[in-house]
Amino acid sequence: MHPARPRPRPHSLSRRAVLIVGGLLLAAIASLLVAGMTGSIALAPAELPAALGQVLRGQPDSLVATLLELRAGRALTAFVTGGALALAGVMMQALLRNPLADPYVLGISAGASVGALLALLLACAAATVDAAALGGAVAVSMLLFLFARRDMRGGVAAEGGTSMLLLTGVILSSACMAMITLMLSIAPEGRLRSMVFWMIGDLAGAPLRPLPWIVLGAALVYALRSARAMNILALHAEAAATLGIRVGALRKGLFFVSAVLTASAVTSAGAIGFIGLIIPHACRFAFGPDHRVLIPAAVLGGGGFLVLCDTLARTVVAPTQLPVGAITALIGAPVFLYQLHRLRK
Amino acid sequence: MTIATRQLRLAAGGRTLVQDLDWQVQAGECWSIIGRNGAGKSTLMRTLAGLRPPDGGDIEIDGRPLAAWPPDELARRRAYLAQSRHDAFAYSVIETVLSARHPYHGGRYWEGSDDHAAALQALAAMEVDRLAARDVRTLSGGERQRVAIAALLAQDTPLLLLDEPANALDLAHQVQVMGLLARLCRAQGKTVVMIGHDLTLAHGISSHALLLMGDGRWHAGPVADSMRPALLSDYLGHPIETIDHGGRRIFIPLEAQHD
Repeated sequence: MHPARPRPRPHSLSRRAVLIVGGLLLAAIASLLVAGMTGSIALAPAELPAALGQVLRGQPDSLVATLLELRAGRALTAFVTGGALALAGVMMQALLRNPLADPYVLGISAGASVGALLALLLACAAATVDAAALGGAVAVSMLLFLFARRDMRGGVAAEGGTSMLLLTGVILSSACMAMITLMLSIAPEGRLRSMVFWMIGDLAGAPLRPLPWIVLGAALVYALRSARAMNILALHAEAAATLGIRVGALRKGLFFVSAVLTASAVTSAGAIGFIGLIIPHACRFAFGPDHRVLIPAAVLGGGGFLVLCDTLARTVVAPTQLPVGAITALIGAPVFLYQLHRLRK
Repeated sequence: MTIATRQLRLAAGGRTLVQDLDWQVQAGECWSIIGRNGAGKSTLMRTLAGLRPPDGGDIEIDGRPLAAWPPDELARRRAYLAQSRHDAFAYSVIETVLSARHPYHGGRYWEGSDDHAAALQALAAMEVDRLAARDVRTLSGGERQRVAIAALLAQDTPLLLLDEPANALDLAHQVQVMGLLARLCRAQGKTVVMIGHDLTLAHGISSHALLLMGDGRWHAGPVADSMRPALLSDYLGHPIETIDHGGRRIFIPLEAQHD
């Protein structure tokens, strides 16, 4: 079970939150530094300040600065992707009132895969692949919303009445998987590798773009503003309405924001698994289920975790680079099983 | 707080449960809703709580149509105890009760010390203060029910809607909860509407009763009128007798013939 938490007092609650979020922020910065220093050529900590200065001025003249710029770009993309997936997981779990839900369970990432794989099959440019992935994710989200509109409304559905949404997502997801299998089986040899890597989730060649940061920032603001309402929705289901929560609007908001987050993450890095499941779960396990702490903790934890996984993916069997999705799954599955076992005991 | 329904119609599964309900609840009254399984008791309660729209007619709370109340303002005036609950996350008992203070927070991110005082007082009133740090999912059914009632008390509203408050409680706590509800009505002028299956307990604290037949028929009035054995036998579909004992009225269902 969860470690016994002391009875919260008004001021210790916010102080505890500051400590947790501050600690995770330091850990996230540390993970970025590790990612910057590790690789085929290791950088010494002493070289970092000067090189960082050059990168920030936009004039990476030395080898160290060039390496740092490459690694920092990739690490920052990993951070924003991991943070987005973890936040999407927290929101999806609150929406479905199920701590084992995953941002992928509703088939949004499978939809993105269909779009991206179709573009890869037709040998489109990288930008088109990203656009197609986004299109696939949006298409599945719209279908989900269309089919499960009733579940989004507050009050009408019975307790735990999000089963329609969940089942629709599972079915849409398997329909997408069927299309993916079809495309993989007719794909020519030469394109198969890039298609498989896309599906596993790979950060190699993922460019650092501002849009995922804007999406994550906006989603974080929305999530923090709704954190108290999410607590009540998670606790009381539809009876949250009797505590003054606009349940329908909150459910719709959680659905759309987590769909956009998932689409944004999947578009830039492919379908990286397990982050949206194990990071919220681990944060809940360590810090409790209060969303006011959980939301910032999951974003920082998810970001830092994916940065470390990606560092591992590009160094563990260097010069071969592994897709980061393979690493997250290899770490995630046993960690998740362990947590699940501890939880059910 | 007052409730008034006009020509209220409730239906479920294509069946009319309640028809043309014209019902007035005044402040300080304690109403029991009595009827068979599926007679529409919980449906009526959920409709009063604003969790489902009526299938016809109007509901007014304090003279204002239910749908016209802003949710947060209504949440400071009326509290609702659901019949059952499912805990998906490992919230602690104190967090559960603090969440009921949500309507009072406005824009604050953290609760204040007044909320903590209200929550601890409510936990103490339900004799679950020693469970404050426990994970709600590890509680027994009766303990969980008392924590839910404590949350209802912490919400501190003049109108309480309770769907089977005595559910899962042991005998001592059934009596304690009923006594508490009676005191809230008589001493603090709160309005209580509750569903219960124990007629003796209901009669002990209620000032009024609403009987639902489940086919549209209903009967509302003070307990002296609406809790007559003949009427109850009709509405519950089972012969009922009463005995007066020590100033209390005991309701006894006649035993079925065992042969």
